Amino acid sequence: MNLQLKSGALQQVLALASLVVLLVTFSISSGNFFQFSNLIGILLSTAVIGVLALGSTFVIITGGIDLSVGTVMTLSAVMTGVFITFWGLPVPVGILGGILTGALCGLLSGTAVAKMKIPPFIATLAMMMIAKGLALIISGAKPIYFTEAESFANISQGSVLGSLIPGFDIPNAVLIFFIAAILGFLILSKTIIGRYNVALGSNEEATRLSGVNVGYWKIVIYTLTGAFTGLAGVMMASRLNSANPALGAGYELEAIAAVVLGGTSLSGGKGTIMGTVIGALIMSVLTNGLRILSVPQEWQTVVVGFVIILAVYADMLRRRKA
Amino acid sequence: MSEILVHMEGITKKFPGVMALNGCRFELRKGEVHALMGENGAGKSTMMKILTGVYQKDEGSITYKGRTVEINHPKAAQDAGISMIHQELNLAPDLTVAQNIYIGREPRRKLGLFLDEKALNRQVEALFERMGLVMDPSALVADLTVARQQMVEIAKALSYNADVLVMDEPTAALSEAEIEDLFRIIRQLRAEGVGIVYISHRMDEIKRITDRITVMRDGQYIATVPTAEVSTQDIISMMVGRQIYDTSKPEGVSRDRETVLEVQGVSRGRVLSDVSFTLKKGEILGVAGLVGAGRTELARVIFGADRPDAGEIRVHGQPVRMKGPHDAVRHGIGYLSEDRKRFGCIVDLDVKSNVAIASYRRFLKPAGWMDTGRIRQEAERIVDRLRVKTPHVDQEVKFLSGGNQQKVVIGKWLTRDCDILIFDEPTRGIDVGAKSEIYKLLNELAAQGKSIIMISSELPEILRMSHRIIVMCEGRITGELGHEEATQENIMQLATAAM
Repeated sequence: MNLQLKSGALQQVLALASLVVLLVTFSISSGNFFQFSNLIGILLSTAVIGVLALGSTFVIITGGIDLSVGTVMTLSAVMTGVFITFWGLPVPVGILGGILTGALCGLLSGTAVAKMKIPPFIATLAMMMIAKGLALIISGAKPIYFTEAESFANISQGSVLGSLIPGFDIPNAVLIFFIAAILGFLILSKTIIGRYNVALGSNEEATRLSGVNVGYWKIVIYTLTGAFTGLAGVMMASRLNSANPALGAGYELEAIAAVVLGGTSLSGGKGTIMGTVIGALIMSVLTNGLRILSVPQEWQTVVVGFVIILAVYADMLRRRKA
Repeated sequence: MSEILVHMEGITKKFPGVMALNGCRFELRKGEVHALMGENGAGKSTMMKILTGVYQKDEGSITYKGRTVEINHPKAAQDAGISMIHQELNLAPDLTVAQNIYIGREPRRKLGLFLDEKALNRQVEALFERMGLVMDPSALVADLTVARQQMVEIAKALSYNADVLVMDEPTAALSEAEIEDLFRIIRQLRAEGVGIVYISHRMDEIKRITDRITVMRDGQYIATVPTAEVSTQDIISMMVGRQIYDTSKPEGVSRDRETVLEVQGVSRGRVLSDVSFTLKKGEILGVAGLVGAGRTELARVIFGADRPDAGEIRVHGQPVRMKGPHDAVRHGIGYLSEDRKRFGCIVDLDVKSNVAIASYRRFLKPAGWMDTGRIRQEAERIVDRLRVKTPHVDQEVKFLSGGNQQKVVIGKWLTRDCDILIFDEPTRGIDVGAKSEIYKLLNELAAQGKSIIMISSELPEILRMSHRIIVMCEGRITGELGHEEATQENIMQLATAAM
């Protein structure tokens, strides 16, 4: 098979190679890095951002952007708290409510983009502020604790795998992240939503003139991103056993960074779920490894910034050659 | 015999899965207009992109003004005096003519901080004078016709003191009068010693304007001949190397056939006013007119891509209101745009996805997953039936030639099984061989009971293919002709009726 043809595959191989290089480098530099508990820690810290990034991948492939995923995640967490703690609804209903909150926000952003023709940057910037404000109003600017529903914490913190296979204590949050990734992969590559997503990202007008109701599908895609965001909100709330209305702003940029590191093009039409998973892992491996090497937190951020520039530049160089 | 400007020898270029050029040669003399001909995919554009530094050759040598050169960047070509005017114009619409021509080299005032608009306009006026062109340097490019924009591109190329000018399908978007204008400028440049490479499919133009012809086929060099010494038939057989399909004039469709589409009093802004016509089952309706007559605008309204201000469209007798192309497609209408790359296919997707894009609902498994097996099957059937030249259906459409891209777009609507097909310039930029295949296909489709609206600027094509012809001018229908009464003369008369 011709390697250049499968540019998507090559792009993943490159991202995967950088991940492996990072893993090897950190393992050599510090004996504490390649420990089961540390690796689990890395995966756990990837889970929430990872699910957020998975969702963002869809909108970014349309050539759009969703700046609201950080605060919509917060609002979803807060609403989950409202459903479970304030209203006393069963935990599964609360979880569904949290996911639907995210989906609803996505639906609104998508409608503003597709029907009102507001540029995605502006529409989702507005949604980011709306969600942030609502989260503070609804929660009374105080964290909502899930003390009444003890099982809720298990969503992220428990380990179904650990109870099945003794010693294999992988937290549920990590499991959810991988299931969400598989779901995302299936949606992007095996369903009509995914195909239209790529098509309208690479040439919206030609897709429209093929009789595809582009507006409708854009709304579907933003809603899908919203649903993933809602799931991330539930996971975060469960992880902290509380919904903190002050947390979440800024997560959108980390999610976008993970997507971009995974080789997805901000101009649309190109991107993979596998890439995003690897991108999210690169981000957390990098911060974790730098922390183990005692690099101060401020400097970790600086390094991540440079790595993003390098990764995207390398990707563009490769594309130019092809 | 005048001095040789460019000599390309043994040029080879590979693309993923395709051998685009295999040991090609090309020679250009000072002060000649040299046609580069061949079917789509023959390698003409690739050859010229190598000359102008857009692509890098894998093998071979280029001699320019007697010295062996490596042209590894478009800027290097430009600095050396080799300029190309692409089919797609590269101008910034919100800048003026002069600003576009000197973009990146703007004259400055003394300190170098401020731009000198006056000096800029003066330079451009001098340039226009040399070309014998009357145009306001301070006009906005967005306000110019495509023809005038093309003149700006030529002026821009000349402003780099070009010795070699490559023109890719320069007349594709031009009317007869505008072509005359272009030819006048080409002749003037030739007299000044500029070497011009002229890529076109229009045989009459080649005969009129060029001195020599180089023919390519399937990435190979075939021959270089003086234009005056060969017949059109000779050139065509060199290009295709196979028998050309020829249709006789079609039979008129009998009056009692069912009407499938009625357009009644449709108006839109200043581009369409009170347009009414009908389309019958199994009919090929030609829509003739000059560029800007409103033909594409009419097609877009029928296809729901633009909304009319007034009027009604009935499909199978039922009035329809279309919110967008998706509604038109649901009513069985398909549209093939004149601009394939922008509006026809999604070049970053593969052949099978492009073929299926309008019909995915047909290819779903009960659970909602895409049935990739059936999509592949359908795509392979289409590739086979339309003779699309592609190594496999997983090939991205951007690697196909123009004619093959057009076939993929036709395949998209065949897969969707539309009853009404609107072809907007179906053979623009397509070589003779592929053209005949498309004509043959149109006839087959009509015989199967599909109704076809064919917009075309090529009169022989309209005359040869249409059962009935409507002629547009300035947004109105100025006449309707049966195929037996239509001639080039009376169509042209109607096409200029309102002027």
